Amino acid sequence: MAMLPLPLPPGLRRRLQEGPGPPPPPAPPPPPPPPPAPPFAFTPRRLRLGLHHPLLEDGDVHRHLYLQGVLTSLAEVAERPKVSEFSCHISGCCQVFDTLEGYEHHYNTLHRNVCSFCKRSFPSAHLLDVHILEWHDSLFQIMAEKQNMYKCLVEGCVEKFKSSKDRKDHLVTAHLYPADFRFDRPRKVKSGPCHVSSPAKDGASVPMDVSVEMSEPFQVDPMETGPSENVEIPHPPASPDPATPEKRFYKSRIPSTICFGQGAARGFKGPRKKV
Amino acid sequence: MSPWLEGQHEAGLRAAGAGGHSQLVRALPWLPLPDFPSGTRPCRGKQRGVQQPPRHFCFASLQLRAGKGVGPRGPHGPCCRSARRWPRTLTRTRPRARPDCGRCPAGGAGGPADGVWWDGKAGGDGTGSTAALRRARRQEQLVSKRLLRDDSAAEERGRDGAEIVPDPLSEDEVLELLRGVQRGSEDRKRSLSCLRHALQNKDTQQKFVRLDGSIRTLVGLFTSSLADVQMEAARCLHELSHSSDPAVAEACLPVTSYLLTYLSGHSVEFTELCLYTLGNLVVESEAVRKQLLPQGIIPVLASCIQSPHEAVLEGLGYVLSQLLQAKEAPTEIVPLVLDSVLPQHMLRLVCSGLKAGTGAAVEFAWCLHYIVCSHIADAALLSLGTLPALTTLLLDLASEIPLDAPEGLELLVCPVLRCLSNLLAGDTGCQGQIRDERLLVALFLILQSFLQQHPFIVQEGLWLLNNLTADEPFFCSALLALDLLPALLQLLPCSPMAAELVLTVLCNIAEKGPALCRQLHQALPLLLPALALPDPQAVGQGLELLHLLFLHCPEVAADFIRQGGQQALEQHQSSPVLQGRARALLDMARQPPGASATGPGHSTVSAFP
Repeated sequence: MAMLPLPLPPGLRRRLQEGPGPPPPPAPPPPPPPPPAPPFAFTPRRLRLGLHHPLLEDGDVHRHLYLQGVLTSLAEVAERPKVSEFSCHISGCCQVFDTLEGYEHHYNTLHRNVCSFCKRSFPSAHLLDVHILEWHDSLFQIMAEKQNMYKCLVEGCVEKFKSSKDRKDHLVTAHLYPADFRFDRPRKVKSGPCHVSSPAKDGASVPMDVSVEMSEPFQVDPMETGPSENVEIPHPPASPDPATPEKRFYKSRIPSTICFGQGAARGFKGPRKKV
Repeated sequence: MSPWLEGQHEAGLRAAGAGGHSQLVRALPWLPLPDFPSGTRPCRGKQRGVQQPPRHFCFASLQLRAGKGVGPRGPHGPCCRSARRWPRTLTRTRPRARPDCGRCPAGGAGGPADGVWWDGKAGGDGTGSTAALRRARRQEQLVSKRLLRDDSAAEERGRDGAEIVPDPLSEDEVLELLRGVQRGSEDRKRSLSCLRHALQNKDTQQKFVRLDGSIRTLVGLFTSSLADVQMEAARCLHELSHSSDPAVAEACLPVTSYLLTYLSGHSVEFTELCLYTLGNLVVESEAVRKQLLPQGIIPVLASCIQSPHEAVLEGLGYVLSQLLQAKEAPTEIVPLVLDSVLPQHMLRLVCSGLKAGTGAAVEFAWCLHYIVCSHIADAALLSLGTLPALTTLLLDLASEIPLDAPEGLELLVCPVLRCLSNLLAGDTGCQGQIRDERLLVALFLILQSFLQQHPFIVQEGLWLLNNLTADEPFFCSALLALDLLPALLQLLPCSPMAAELVLTVLCNIAEKGPALCRQLHQALPLLLPALALPDPQAVGQGLELLHLLFLHCPEVAADFIRQGGQQALEQHQSSPVLQGRARALLDMARQPPGASATGPGHSTVSAFP
């Protein structure tokens, strides 16, 4: 049964363009109406409906179908424009890409938040800042002897601790972080060329050790366990192969203004080639 | 408590179930005829939806595309894409077959819009998916998840284009895949891809998480410095998050801290994937939520909401919407959200959603709805200016939508209507904030736009109308002055709830006194059929309305009798719910005009047979 269109008066849409109209004159509050005589019971009542009220059922089902992707939309996602292959512009990094997203992700993972001192790469500027402060700032070390300087890593938590270990304990007990959280390695005592350390000693595999030898990516991969069948996943310190030549090309911070300028709305994906 | 809040649904069904439908009744579209939308076929696989309230359903055959009898590609082919205002975020691949039902043939060309509510034709055997969804919703077991899927060319497609879910693997095969990704070799990426593909299958998911070290391996790869390995591992985790087995979600507990860490990153695609994975995990498992809250998810989301990327915002909205629907949300989650900057940003993004970022606006609108439903947020939201902001949004929306609203806007309108209605119904005395008659204009324009394709908007809009007119004479007179009464009456046949609400709104108006009652007099001819509706709750409101009209305008009673109202009342004399009021009205109507309406109980004996 098709519904007829509503018999709305003409010019209604125009009314919306006009202003709100004059405020109603303040009327004296009307006397409260007498209660209805039985068997009649009606009194006007604003209704507050809870989450699971039957009136909301159909709308909720519709919302569910939308989330599940059942309401097929009008058109397929436009194919992402494929670009011809290009390589990472960071000198020394020779990874190639054929999608902008792939490059963006690579850049953000490896080149964006890089410590200039030890070349480690971090997932966020915040973690990089913490790292620089705690690992490469001698003033920090001095102050840490007198006061609690190790900040909790969880955003919104203001606790500070006198040692990295205390902070880790706090992360584990108060914030339910894993004990082997990869972004909270204790700084090793000796400061040396941080990048070259034997895996056994260096508990600091803040991952993402940068390797510029992208043609042999697996040397840096913390997951690298060699050809053995050992399934044990390291929490390892996987430092780069000491033979990997060092390249010092990076500033200590990539300015956060770097962006990839796509700006396009992106969402559920249509067919596109993977990197 | 108004009786119609309970049981009206059941009452309507009972009434409809009683034998002897008249032709009139039969034509009313909300009767529980087999509500399988025409043009679709039931899933031939295991129909979990029937025996028990299931949590997931096979949708592959369900084409609820609101088309004008055309399929999903319809008249809105690629050439029309630019004309759509909805961003790409809403577009999806064709629905995928759920693992439990194997290959499901897609339905035929899309049937009438939301055919289940409108289409009186019998189209199935009553075990339609939508009925099952409604049942699940009633039992509070409707679990929604989002799936981002990157359709590589390698994926198989069935003959209708729907994706084919891979068959489950054996334990050994899964183990082999795991070994493959643990080996550091050139093949690792390929192994990861295979793993991801295999993990589309629910059985494989379960086998995988049970393998020793499997999740630890995935976590390691997920935190790898190799971007493409990381992305592929993220996709594997995303597949796992989509599982309907809570054990799989809980197996992913070790990964949550990293998901949160990566939300502060800059890769839009990766962040988006992490967000949807989080959202899926959140809705599936309380254990996950219990861990995420102390891990600081709310502050992280509060930072994330300042991202300029629409895709990230939409994913963020999704996570929040899942968090806020948790049963512990009012005590554990909403207070944290209210303490953060999230509410003001949510409101801002909802209100700017017509121009850009509509997908995100939809998510945040639903978030606001869940927050309002927690009952503890009214004051905070009102102080942010939620009422005027959402009102303005409705005005903007109404002035811009064409008669045939573009797909998807109803998902924004619906929660906005709900927020307004619930906020108005609170104890905060805020109704005076939006004394703007244009809101009525907007509401009716919106109802008109969505009436055809999404009739559920009607009852939600009428609920708002009730809350506007209940206490405020302003909106009652405005409705009449704007000549919206005919349109209001036109909504009577939409559904039982709509009928009851229309009559309730009319009661609100009539209750305000003789001046307004007189204006309702003209509506009398249209009220008579309302007394013949099958739903006793609606009819009851009709009787209440007549009572108010007779009370304030005795001349209405005479007219009523002249138009055959007596017979309309007499048919209810045997209904236990209605007979008292019907008889009282008959008495009132038979009193000489001008006589004061004393209690109707003074004469209970009818002079008529």
